Amino acid sequence: MTSGVDLGRPQAQAVGSDEDVVRVRQLVRTVAVAVKLSLVDQTKVVTAASELARNTLVYGGGGTVEVAVVDNGRRTGLRIVFVDSGPGIADVDLALTDGYTTGGGLGLGLSGARRLVDEFDIQTTPGQGTRVTITKWSR
Amino acid sequence: MERVPILKIGDILLVSIQVDMSDQTAVALQEDLAERIVETGCHGVIIDITALDIVDSFVGRMLSTIASISRVLDAETVVVGMRPAVAITLVELGLSLNGIRTALNVERGMELIAIERADEPYDERDDGPIPEPTASP
Repeated sequence: MTSGVDLGRPQAQAVGSDEDVVRVRQLVRTVAVAVKLSLVDQTKVVTAASELARNTLVYGGGGTVEVAVVDNGRRTGLRIVFVDSGPGIADVDLALTDGYTTGGGLGLGLSGARRLVDEFDIQTTPGQGTRVTITKWSR
Repeated sequence: MERVPILKIGDILLVSIQVDMSDQTAVALQEDLAERIVETGCHGVIIDITALDIVDSFVGRMLSTIASISRVLDAETVVVGMRPAVAITLVELGLSLNGIRTALNVERGMELIAIERADEPYDERDDGPIPEPTASP
């Protein structure tokens, strides 16, 4: 790797500003290229990461993003975890509905991100925070 | 914060986005562009996104908003240069880019704007009286 990113261990990026969302995109892009995702899959996972990192910033009040290479024996991929200690999500099903928003956006962030990845998990506790985990496998 | 430059070419404003835009940069571009449209009286805006490797919902919304603002200020907006992978991702994300005209490249975008302006029924060309609206049944 020429980028200097050590893929042997998870890479963490704090999310506290707009520019950090850009850094998350760049980190995810680097790892997605390294695990040889197709161009379309790279684009999908970077877009999903952009949506979720923005959620971490805007709704979660900031947090961290961790990107790791994963291997299930047959395929490699990347797993990204978005953690914040914000207000949490009261109704996850509602939050995952297309067009639902509390932030004045388009309401596509969470639901759209889920469609762009292979695995999507969300754990949230009102008053304590939210943890979203996504995985994209190479084909 | 980086700012996206806006170039004036004839009657068209050309915006070529070359940076990985933060949300603030995107919002600033919206405002800068509105000011430049009024300042220059340009009737066309071309936004070249060839260099963008993703368009997420925020940037998508910015493009729609720019198109709406331009229309209110009497200018047409055409988004050009979208990469195939970006188009596929946008559709899957669920973004419809409402009200946005697209073209494959800058040249075709300019043609499109020229055609649009030529079709305007009530423009300022001095070629006779404004046609009577045809009565609809």
